[in-house]
Amino acid sequence: MSREKDTTYEVPIGPIHPALKEPFLIKFKLKGEEIVDAEPFPGMNHRGIEFMGMHRNPMEVIPLSERICGICSIVHQHMFTTATEHALSIEPTNRARYIRTIMCELERIHSHILWAGVAAHEIGFDTHLHFTWKIREKVMDLLEYIAGNRVNYSMWTFGGVRRDITEEMYPKIFETLEYYENLYEKLEEIFLEDPSIKLRTRGVGVLTKKDALELCGVGPTVRASGVKKDVRIDQPYAAYGDLDLDYVIPSRYGFENKGDVFCKTVVRLKELLQSVDIIKKCVEQMPEGEITSEPKKAALLNKLGKSAGEGIGRIEAPRGEAIHYVRLSEERDDVDCWKIRASTYNNLSTYAPMFMGEQIADIPLIAASIDPCIGCMDRAEIIDINRGEVQSYTKEELHELSVKKTKQITKGGVE
Amino acid sequence: MDLSKTFDKALWVFHMNSGSCNACDIEIVAAITPRYDAERFGIKLVGSPRHADVLLFTGPVTTKMKDRVLRVYEQTPNPKVVLIIGNCGDTTGVFFDSYAIEGPIDTLLPEDAHIIYVNGCPVRPENIINGVKEAWIYLEKLRGDDK
Ligand code: SF4
Repeated sequence: MSREKDTTYEVPIGPIHPALKEPFLIKFKLKGEEIVDAEPFPGMNHRGIEFMGMHRNPMEVIPLSERICGICSIVHQHMFTTATEHALSIEPTNRARYIRTIMCELERIHSHILWAGVAAHEIGFDTHLHFTWKIREKVMDLLEYIAGNRVNYSMWTFGGVRRDITEEMYPKIFETLEYYENLYEKLEEIFLEDPSIKLRTRGVGVLTKKDALELCGVGPTVRASGVKKDVRIDQPYAAYGDLDLDYVIPSRYGFENKGDVFCKTVVRLKELLQSVDIIKKCVEQMPEGEITSEPKKAALLNKLGKSAGEGIGRIEAPRGEAIHYVRLSEERDDVDCWKIRASTYNNLSTYAPMFMGEQIADIPLIAASIDPCIGCMDRAEIIDINRGEVQSYTKEELHELSVKKTKQITKGGVE
Repeated sequence: MDLSKTFDKALWVFHMNSGSCNACDIEIVAAITPRYDAERFGIKLVGSPRHADVLLFTGPVTTKMKDRVLRVYEQTPNPKVVLIIGNCGDTTGVFFDSYAIEGPIDTLLPEDAHIIYVNGCPVRPENIINGVKEAWIYLEKLRGDDK
């Protein structure tokens, strides 16, 4: 890059952040206010999870697997257990399948509400952040009621689950679902009808259907562009095969499949409603029977240590498809090989076309739009290549820029 | 180091993730949102360590984050309190045998750092508020003027 002619700036954003995102680095190239290139640099949060997993027996890996990500803890333990079950041909009981589905969907509810709050915060509506996080506590309560912990439940085991959802729990489950059904209209009013939010989200961070397909994005990020991709339907796991599901894409609800932040919001909100429906159906159709097909722990451990095989676990996480690959061998008690591919990894590559041509003030919102499990905005440096000056932006300043933009386009109408 | 009276009821907190699983980080945010509302006690999350009185560290410190942890610690003005949130920050927890972990955090910080441990995996928001309260008690003891 020659210093004389090139007038682009480089803005590294990361890897420390104040609020809730993980360490992560993205480098932006800017022409004035306009973003011309974006390149993610993962690896700040590398903890060597796969390596550790390969030095523990499968039972010990379950608690480790859910600590890959504290938001999708169910997702990872589900994939690891199903991959191992696949390797050893263990069949989970029918009842366990339903309980797993219910838990997965409860997690989707909390994750999507969390996302809505973060998005509102990035636009500058902290009232909505607090509102969404307040309503999120309701599902956290339910998760704690069922699983005994607010996050990281360790509820899965090979062949089923450890905790039952009994009939006494139904009223509380239905009450929570009803709570969200009643609130749904309000959420829609805030995120889909509010003129200032619409101004900030419509046409911003567009991911075309072509790009979405070429870059192999997953989950709500690409469904917003009209790509019909959902593991729950394409390759049903747990009890999803018994349910009648349809792809949540914006055109189903009378919106255009534009792939902008607005469409991503539509998809996430509609999925919230879909999750509520799924849980209701699962509770109603819950089959009788045992919650695990391998109730004897010692026998199970023995089996895990002595048998060989390889398997794959796939799931539609709140952020999109994720995969675990597990191989077990007869010689070792420990997991022989463990490979994880999480959804954010795919979605990161969609950043480049989404950021292209947008403004610095839109960075926080677009970055949040894929619901990254990593991503940080704490400190950004702008290097003026022409002058060789370094200018620093903190996350706060970036956030302020974003808030300022909201104010500008609403002509000061926002508080 | 003496603190002035204006310090009362204004505890600013900087949160840094050094490679945690995110659960504790989410619980920290939950602690400041309406259900637990730590802000009513004057606790506020700030965006820069230079503004902070209390540092919240989560995570077992990955190799890449080690220098950054130390830099954030140095950037925070004295007197400061370090709050280690979660078991993996305390002992590296489930990540104990990884090649990419440099922690636990307290082995990296200077000897004289005042550290408060908040345990749980993940910690509960109530526990985080309790930890910040302890930091508060410690800092208020340092008050210089009329007590
Ligand atoms: S203490 Fe546990 S829950 Fe908290 S960040 Fe560490 S591993 Fe995650």
